[in-house]
Amino acid sequence: MAADRGEKWRAWLSQARFFLEEAYSSRYRGAIARSRRDHDDLFMLLVFSEMMGVPNPASYYTLELQPLLLERFHDWHRRMGMEHSPLDHFRCC
Amino acid sequence: MSAAILLLIGLGLMTLGYFIYSRFIANRIYRLDPDFRTPAHEFEDGIDFVPTNRFVLWGHHFTSVAGAAPIVGPAIAVIWGWLPAFIWVVMGTIFFAGVHDMGAVWASVRNKAKSVGSLTGDVVGKRARSIFMIVIFLVLLMVNAVFAVVIAKLMMSFPTAVLPVWGAIVVALIVGQLIYRRMISLPVVSVVGVVALYALIWAGPSVPIQMPAEVAGLSGNAIWILLLFLYAGVASVLPVWMLLQPRDYINGLQLFVGLLILYGAIMLLNPALVAPMINDDVPAGTPSIVPLLFVTIACGAISGFHGLVSSGTTSKQLNKETDARFVGYFGAIGEGCLSLAAILVACAGFASLTDWKAMYSAFGQGGVTAFVQGGAYVIHNGLGLPEVTAATLLTVMAALFAGTTMDTGLRLQRYIFQEWGEIYHQEWMKKPLPATLLAIGSCLLLAFGAGGADGSGGMIIWPLFGTTNQLLAGLTLLVITVMLVHYRRPMWYTLLPLCFLLVMTVTALVIQLKTFYDQQNYFLLGLDIVVLIAAILVALECAAALKRHLALAAAEQADGR
Repeated sequence: MAADRGEKWRAWLSQARFFLEEAYSSRYRGAIARSRRDHDDLFMLLVFSEMMGVPNPASYYTLELQPLLLERFHDWHRRMGMEHSPLDHFRCC
Repeated sequence: MSAAILLLIGLGLMTLGYFIYSRFIANRIYRLDPDFRTPAHEFEDGIDFVPTNRFVLWGHHFTSVAGAAPIVGPAIAVIWGWLPAFIWVVMGTIFFAGVHDMGAVWASVRNKAKSVGSLTGDVVGKRARSIFMIVIFLVLLMVNAVFAVVIAKLMMSFPTAVLPVWGAIVVALIVGQLIYRRMISLPVVSVVGVVALYALIWAGPSVPIQMPAEVAGLSGNAIWILLLFLYAGVASVLPVWMLLQPRDYINGLQLFVGLLILYGAIMLLNPALVAPMINDDVPAGTPSIVPLLFVTIACGAISGFHGLVSSGTTSKQLNKETDARFVGYFGAIGEGCLSLAAILVACAGFASLTDWKAMYSAFGQGGVTAFVQGGAYVIHNGLGLPEVTAATLLTVMAALFAGTTMDTGLRLQRYIFQEWGEIYHQEWMKKPLPATLLAIGSCLLLAFGAGGADGSGGMIIWPLFGTTNQLLAGLTLLVITVMLVHYRRPMWYTLLPLCFLLVMTVTALVIQLKTFYDQQNYFLLGLDIVVLIAAILVALECAAALKRHLALAAAEQADGR
């Protein structure tokens, strides 16, 4: 009897949870899914752009970080056992 | 007359309306078909088109359409006495709103879940669609301006509600984060959110925040209006999960709790209606009851705004076509119940007729203030809550409603500006921020242009808002009627409400034209003329479309098709 009641109670709870969750999410499901899709599109473009023949805009936009990274980059290539910078466009020494 | 008996009569009539009239309309006129493949199934994509449980869908539909308007309109209209308002709300819900809302869902479902706007273009014609867009824009403009004025007025008259109303935004922000980051489960969050909101309401009276009468040369009222638009502007560009979603959710829960408290208090206290049945002694300057009653109470009797919700979002989620009756018609009944409660507390929540007359000293007075004070009186005497706490509770209820409608309205208005940017190739107007600023600017212009520099007189546009809203409902009814003509079914059940609405709106506009001219309010005069032109165009469009489509249907019949 007690087990039966517990079962019923659990069923009722899960029903209540279903209604609350639907009530919370269903109105804005579309808006959120759309903005997620936009984010995914941007991510895909950044990750696979070169594969699709589109120059990756990230390298262009991060160019101004170069002076900030210069010191760390220099330390890094010395640690890696390279006397001079291995990159043609990133000369630090 | 006892309020509880009137309440039971109203509820009884609406129940009959649901079980008899709506069944008749659903089976005989719209002929809802349980086997029809609804757009939610046909185009199911997990984003917009999702078959949804009808109780959930009803909850969303109801909370989207129920706002401050079904409270404010009736609470103003009882100035003519409680009987006219009662009859129009009950009969309007049964024969107008229910048929309109269910019809809008049906028409949209039968046409790939298109919105009423684009349906007008397909079913009636291109010209009608342009009129429709203009009317929608005007409705949104007036909704935002009027609700800002309503909330500002509430903040000034009930400083105890300032903390809970703005605190509710913080609660919503926290709830949004808790759910988004999956910190605790939704049932727990719901309880915590509602408890936090009520704790704020309970704390409100001990921390009243009164805006000074004048700040930097502007009145306190004007400052509130500016702050509200600042808030609404920010809210309408934030991601929806951050603020709008949790806010709507808590607001929806609060709506049911608030309605239960109000109805419970009315039943327990059973106050007598102190207001006259029909007021023969209306204050000077009150316009004639016909046609103004029918535009003062828009939402709660019939409202074009419902058509936008029915066809834009609800129709995409309808699981079975027969659910349209429950979701659309019963949604309208829910709204009617809210209006009924507003009428009852605005008529019974006063100690004597003198008190009531002091509140309704002029047309446009009373309104939401009468709802809050009357409701607080009823709750205080019925449930024993301190009167100031009860007043805070109802103020929060009304302000939150108006606030969520403002958020949504501003967002929709921004979309319209962005769409115009697209049509007229204005790059800058397509961006969210400039479009939002344009939307806010136009609303502020209306709020201050209509009500003077302190924005306190903005309520005079209320009847104008009602008129425009009825016009929108008329256009939706036109679409439904033309569809019925095509299916060769009886058209009178939608055509008669349509004609009634058109006659009432046009006469109301002409009467108001004279009022605004006498008041030398040229700003509103201009706006009235714009709406009047739109109304006449709608009437002409109705006549032309019906004539054309009746001839078409007759020709098809003659061909034996």
